[in-house]
Amino acid sequence: MTEQTEGKLSVFVASLEETERLATQLALLLRSGDVLCLRGGLGAGKTTFTRALVAALGSPAPVSSPTFTLVHEYPGGPFPIWHADAYRLSGPEDAPDTGLEEIFRSGRGVVILEWPEQIEAALPPDYLEIRIEDTSGDDTRAFTLTPRGPRWANLAQDWPRTC
Amino acid sequence: MNVLGIETSCDETAAAVVVDGRHVLSNVVASQMREHARYGGVVPEVASRRHVEQINRVLQAALEDADRTLSEIDAIAVTNRPGLMGALLVGVSAAKAIAMARNLPLIGVHHIEAHLYANFLDPDPNRAKADFPAVALVVSGGHTDLFHLRAHGDYALMGRTRDDAAGEAFDKCARLMGLGYPGGPAIEAAARTGNPKAVSLPRGALPGTWEFSFSGLKTAVRRAAEADPAPSVADLAASFQEAVVEVLVAKTVAAAAFVGVNRVFLAGGVAANTRLRERMQAACDAAGLALFYPPILLCTDNAAMVAATGYFHLQAGHADRLTLNTIASESLAVIATR
Repeated sequence: MTEQTEGKLSVFVASLEETERLATQLALLLRSGDVLCLRGGLGAGKTTFTRALVAALGSPAPVSSPTFTLVHEYPGGPFPIWHADAYRLSGPEDAPDTGLEEIFRSGRGVVILEWPEQIEAALPPDYLEIRIEDTSGDDTRAFTLTPRGPRWANLAQDWPRTC
Repeated sequence: MNVLGIETSCDETAAAVVVDGRHVLSNVVASQMREHARYGGVVPEVASRRHVEQINRVLQAALEDADRTLSEIDAIAVTNRPGLMGALLVGVSAAKAIAMARNLPLIGVHHIEAHLYANFLDPDPNRAKADFPAVALVVSGGHTDLFHLRAHGDYALMGRTRDDAAGEAFDKCARLMGLGYPGGPAIEAAARTGNPKAVSLPRGALPGTWEFSFSGLKTAVRRAAEADPAPSVADLAASFQEAVVEVLVAKTVAAAAFVGVNRVFLAGGVAANTRLRERMQAACDAAGLALFYPPILLCTDNAAMVAATGYFHLQAGHADRLTLNTIASESLAVIATR
């Protein structure tokens, strides 16, 4: 089930397969330089969605939580995929230490960032915000995609056709 | 041979002197735990700044405790991978400076390999010495890895976590239960008065693989904590701990049988968990396996394990140049192929 209001796209998934389908559709839109920010509480499914997205992008790399390691790089796709996690950071002043700012600036590859709220001020102007909420069932989740900046605002106009 | 070990890969500034890779003369650890507790986790910027402030003092203390001077040190071993770049650089720079000034061999050590070698330190004279081959379970904040250790320096990764590391699951679930940081000791303490069967939680066993998964368990703990009526923190902590321990024990013992070894090593910070030790010991006893785990002080990050690893590498003819670099991420499986 999908629903669109003011550039936002809400998608409800009822199973892991539907999560994977959403990831595949999103992967088709991605290009090097894109940043995705995943919001959602502990256990919402951010790492699970990342795994589906990395697979959809064609990387065979094993995906695991970067909470302690901060940044993982997954090779093997059309461009590098950076999986970052700001959970343990205390603020944007910590971003340079993780190499995240450098990755944002380089525009090389796709960045998937968990817990962006920890480094809000260090985020680039253009990114797609993906909020994941855990609903009642085991693998059911509510995804809300919100465009931030012109690149994603443009893409969002086509969402009903692409997603 | 006296090896000086240095470890600064995460939130501990540590230095140690170890003789012949087995006997710990000194083991100094300056922990940043209290500082990080305010943030509920390790903060990289705080970590590297504190390492710089501590490193000289810690090195001095390690030599004094060992009753050795720098002229009695034969080699320098330092953790150079994987870890936080800024943090690793502090230890590596100090190690290079000493190696250059004293013209000593320098050995860069993989942090996870060092955790494995903690099992070789200060062997209990009443028990068998740790040796290869073995199966090792490395469980910490950043890792849940199952290795087949064929010989010194020859390791195969059998499986790892697909999502959260076991220690990370302890930390995050402790936060969900309103317990403190670090989550391991907090949950272990809370679980003592709880019923491990009170809350039914998923096991994430991933049958047919040597992999682990703890994210489904984390989601289940959150749902249980938010349920009305919610279980007591003690019951939830005990049930969570049991779910983690049960999977770790079952997979490790099965892995030992699968590769045909009769030794099991535990390593990493979560290896300090009493419940894990008890249940792993019982399962190993039943299966006729010899279980090795380091004393609690040597489970968490320390430099004695780094010195021991450096010693065995030096014995095998490996040493590094002064151009030794830090590497943020590198799988220990890479070591298996070199």
